[in-house]
Amino acid sequence: MTQEKEHLILSQVSIDFPTPQGSFRALNKVNLKISKGEFVSIIGHSGCGKSTVLNIVAGLYQATEGGVILDGREVNQPGPERAVVFQNHSLLPWLSAYENVELAVKQVFRGKKSRAEMKDWIMHNLKLVHMDHAMHKRPAEISGGMKQRVGIARALAMEPQVLLLDEPFGALDALTRAHLQDSMMEIQANLGNTVIMITHDVDEAVLLSDRIVMMSNGPAATVGEILEVKLPRPRNRVAMAEDPEYIRCRQAVLRFLYERHGRAEKAEQPTVVTAETPASSATESSVAASEEPAAVGAAVIEMKKKQPKAA
Amino acid sequence: MDTKHNFQTYIAPLLGILVFLVIWQIGAPRIQTSLGAVPGPVQVAGQFGQLVNEHWTERTKAKEFYQRQEERNAQKLAEDPQAEVKIRPYTGRKTFFDQILTSLVTVMVGFILAALIAIPLGIAAGLSPTIYAALNPLIQLFKPVSPLAWLPIVTMIVSAVYSGNDPMLDKSFINSAITVLLCCLWPTLINTTVGVANISPDLQNVSKVLRLNRWTYIRKIVLPSAIPMIFTGLRLSLGIAWMVLIAAEMLAQNPGLGKFVWDEFQNGSSDSLGRIMVAVLVIGLIGFALDRGMLMLQRKVSWDKSAALR
Ligand SMILES: Nc1ncnc2c1ncn2[C@@H]1O[C@H](COP(=O)(O)OP(=O)(O)OP(=O)(O)O)[C@@H](O)[C@H]1O
Ligand SMILES: [Mg+2]
Repeated sequence: MTQEKEHLILSQVSIDFPTPQGSFRALNKVNLKISKGEFVSIIGHSGCGKSTVLNIVAGLYQATEGGVILDGREVNQPGPERAVVFQNHSLLPWLSAYENVELAVKQVFRGKKSRAEMKDWIMHNLKLVHMDHAMHKRPAEISGGMKQRVGIARALAMEPQVLLLDEPFGALDALTRAHLQDSMMEIQANLGNTVIMITHDVDEAVLLSDRIVMMSNGPAATVGEILEVKLPRPRNRVAMAEDPEYIRCRQAVLRFLYERHGRAEKAEQPTVVTAETPASSATESSVAASEEPAAVGAAVIEMKKKQPKAA
Repeated sequence: MDTKHNFQTYIAPLLGILVFLVIWQIGAPRIQTSLGAVPGPVQVAGQFGQLVNEHWTERTKAKEFYQRQEERNAQKLAEDPQAEVKIRPYTGRKTFFDQILTSLVTVMVGFILAALIAIPLGIAAGLSPTIYAALNPLIQLFKPVSPLAWLPIVTMIVSAVYSGNDPMLDKSFINSAITVLLCCLWPTLINTTVGVANISPDLQNVSKVLRLNRWTYIRKIVLPSAIPMIFTGLRLSLGIAWMVLIAAEMLAQNPGLGKFVWDEFQNGSSDSLGRIMVAVLVIGLIGFALDRGMLMLQRKVSWDKSAALR
């Protein structure tokens, strides 16, 4: 898996945002080395700066200090070799699923692939995420999970060196999420992309990652701890649930998040779910689920528990 | 529920019109003007019929005129195959319906030119804050200017710049069209600017990651996402264009509906008020039809079929 060391390097990355109250240091001296083909998750509390890290790697933000080096070259602008799957899919609403992928493919492979080859390549990527049956539908006509899959297909179709995923499954229900996580593992196993994924979900992080980067709380957030997940692949979510390594990793992440960098208000009321904020409820359901020994489909269990309350 | 819906869509509007007609019919004869009593709806309908008749009479005359010429020419050619023959155009009176056509052509020319200027300019201003900052004071300054203020300037400039012995287009037509253009430029310009400036940051990020060049970015992302706002602007512009046109035609003496109203007013016959009222109703109906037309075009062009279009 690690044929080549130092594929992607974040070195002393700091960023200041200008605000009306003066400049605000969101990240302070983030250091991270990622090797080729590695799957790295970034986890941390809301607002700590995970998206900011990802945007800096994508080239959408410029670090104030330090920088990002990909294969020996400094990253200073966005580009298709670092494809992003955005948190809210960001498909063009006036294009069908096929056309959305096509836009990316035409842009990246112009002059390199023939028209017929491009068509095959688009179809191949849509099949990869099982979206070929609805490829002529517009984003408004497909479900949230389907949109997210098209977004993933679009990113994969660019043949990126690094795939950047910003909470790709955050807004989805637990079953769809599990399904997409499995697809993601399968795709990554076949293609061997380097992946950086942001997540709020501890189980998701452990299940998918080779390493989990835990970020300290902002302002001036930085890498707090890095956890290596030594679980063999392919991983099966059901079989793994009782694996001691799996449990050890979950405990380590949870301990980091809620003991060392916990937030009082969250730790005290982990079961409060508000209908207006699905993102935060997803976080908290996975927290609450930590008390269950069998953590598979934690969100499902948690949802069932809450139903009488909600009714 | 269903009956309530029916009531609102069919019966309520009809009732509104009916009440209006009754009040008009009762109220109108009570007001005496120097041209006689104000005509009620029945008299106005009569005037409309008369205008239709005049139109057909005029058409028949024109047809006969051409027929006579052709016969005469055929005769000439029969006598002498080398004879020079020509067809003189018929120069009869413009009827009410000819004038409607002139008005429509004038308004469309002014409006389309305005759109051709406003949309690209709006896109430029929406994409570049610098261009926006440069344009904004001009927009704010000229937007509220009335067509009546523009017309004298336009007239002077057009007669200075556009001259020649046999101008292809009537000057009064050009004056009216340019005045329309100047007045209906602004809503499209402003709405296009706003539409383009408010493209979702997510889509902007997508295009950055894809490294779309400027032209592809405008074509694939800017235009489709600004289309609803552009159409909002275009519909406002067309409404203003039509309103301005009537005033411009009155002053510029462009042979359209505005001139029709003005001539009838100057004419001062007992029929005049009735004929003006026909014109008013026709102006209203055409304005409504133009707006519906734009709406249909928007439905055709816009990707967002689910958007509520009113
Ligand atoms: N463009 C910006 N201008 C000013 N401040 C910003 C900007 N982007 C992010 N920040 C600040 O930087 C911090 C980190 O934001 P970021 O979006 O990276 O958090 P996050 O970890 O992704 O949170 P979440 O999990 O809720 O998505 C926040 O305090 C945010 O207010
Ligand atoms: Mg974020």
